[in-house]
Amino acid sequence: MTRFHRSISGLLLALVAGAALADASLLNSSYDVARDVYKDYNPLFQKYWKQKTGETLELKQSHGGSSKQVRAVADGLEADVVTMNQANDIEFLAEKGLVAKDWTKKFPNNASPYTSAMVFIVRKGNPKAIKDWSDVAAPGVQMIIPHPKNTGNGRNTYLSAWAWALKQPGGNDAKAQEFLGKLLKNAPLFAAGGRDATTTFMQRGLGDVLITFESEAEMIAKEFGKGNFEVVYPSLTLQTEFPVAVVEKVVDKKGTRKQAQAYLEYLWSKEGQENAAQNYLRPRDAELLKKYAAQFPPVKTFTVDEVFGNANKAFSTHFKDGGSFDQIYVQK
Amino acid sequence: MTTKTHRVLPGFGLALGYTLVYLSLLILLPLGGMILKASELGFGQIIDIALGERSLAAFRVTFGASLVAASINAFFGLIVAWILVRYPFPGKRFVDALVDLPFALPTAVAGITLATLYAGNGWLGRYIEPLGFKVAYTPLGIVVALTFITLPFVVRTLQPVIEDIETEVEEAAASLGASRWQTFVKVIFPAIFPALLTGFALAFARAVGEYGSVIFIAGNLPLISEITPLLIISKLEQYDVLGATALAVVMLALSFMLLLTVNVLQWWAANRHKNNEPLEAAAGRAAGGAQ
Repeated sequence: MTRFHRSISGLLLALVAGAALADASLLNSSYDVARDVYKDYNPLFQKYWKQKTGETLELKQSHGGSSKQVRAVADGLEADVVTMNQANDIEFLAEKGLVAKDWTKKFPNNASPYTSAMVFIVRKGNPKAIKDWSDVAAPGVQMIIPHPKNTGNGRNTYLSAWAWALKQPGGNDAKAQEFLGKLLKNAPLFAAGGRDATTTFMQRGLGDVLITFESEAEMIAKEFGKGNFEVVYPSLTLQTEFPVAVVEKVVDKKGTRKQAQAYLEYLWSKEGQENAAQNYLRPRDAELLKKYAAQFPPVKTFTVDEVFGNANKAFSTHFKDGGSFDQIYVQK
Repeated sequence: MTTKTHRVLPGFGLALGYTLVYLSLLILLPLGGMILKASELGFGQIIDIALGERSLAAFRVTFGASLVAASINAFFGLIVAWILVRYPFPGKRFVDALVDLPFALPTAVAGITLATLYAGNGWLGRYIEPLGFKVAYTPLGIVVALTFITLPFVVRTLQPVIEDIETEVEEAAASLGASRWQTFVKVIFPAIFPALLTGFALAFARAVGEYGSVIFIAGNLPLISEITPLLIISKLEQYDVLGATALAVVMLALSFMLLLTVNVLQWWAANRHKNNEPLEAAAGRAAGGAQ
């Protein structure tokens, strides 16, 4: 055997041994920016599971755009669990029979272990004095958001503004649509995704206000320095949820139901919730929320279900082809 | 005894069979699948989707910007190819290698880099924006991205053809009294025209399908700077696979028609050249015009 052959077979042996060391493996298919959250969470769960059952669990992550990930799972990517940023993505899997129809009831809090809120990021000193949604829609203000039709982030901004307009004196759907028209006119572009919007605002210096997740604001602080921008909480904004579900078809086939269920349940444990908070996502645990109060100032939020009925309804009235978003543009 | 001719590579039958299977697996099968999927919709529905206001605007932007980008490259790519073949200069190999970079670069990286350069505070943007040229986040940005992406197609198609034109032909034309311009128009240009058309067609086809580099610099505003590939992705994000396929099929048909036109043109140009006199005669003719 040549040295080359020996090193190859050594490599193969190591691979086989590595796989044999784990008693089971789970694949978590998740949205793009959740990478860090689950990178920190997985070792916590592995330790907990080892202590509880003695089983060594291998945890794999797959990240991409939320809807893209869900399409992959629907097309046969063998993910045991899905952790997403839009309920209608998981709803799609439920329609396909991959996820239980009543998936929102399988875990507490609508099956969403943590939340975030849509906030405004403005330049240092807030030169355009942007306090609320009406200021963003004022003439001469430039707003940077990702594409509302193609990204969860952009959709959340749209729905936040719509709900705010509904709650104004004399507010109704027609007025809300008119308000959104004014608001969208202030967008000089639609970014390709959440991170692209952040770069456009911070690095390219374009726009007066960036609308994004509260958790993204902390990422920006880490990346660009705290002193370069301010976070503004509007008077009403969307509480964004991050729903999770077990992929029934896959766990039945792989025999990993027990592990998958525990993996998601543990997100609600003290450790899981603390991990979320450390990643700047609002934990559901009231005590922890108090502990991290400096990081999460109180903000008046609404959920999609409260204002729009449910995620699917919100999606089809506003973002489906011919929906309110398209109407705003075709009317112009 | 058989009169079978022997070729260097074995078996025409085997090779042809292999070619057909290979092309079918790689090209016909995916495209056929797409058309089959689209056929779940009626023809009328496909037309409805294609004639929607946003779709029409996107087709205009996509095909318009691609044509402009391919034309720009047909002109400037020709100059680049000419310089690279005809003139020795220090660092020539390096410049030659530069041409291929757009091939190798992930398109999203190209898009982000171009957006950084041309943004209002970018290296280039800060100088051209005060002059009134807004590039990033406008349809102009799309043209810039597509021009960048498609440059190698024109240059790489033209280089070998230009290499084949012997300088003696030019010298002959010159010695017979043709001006430089006449030599170019009557001798050189007819010889490279078919290759130029091929390069143009390749660049155009590549530009029409481009997604990654465009979405970061286009601005993606509905009716203004949305390209068709973005609409297709948008439909997929809505789980509207059929709608996305319909747009894709329409795009395919339009591209096919345009490529066919270019191919016919190219065939016509090549034929005309073949039926015409050889290069030496052309040189004489060019000179004749001068007398």
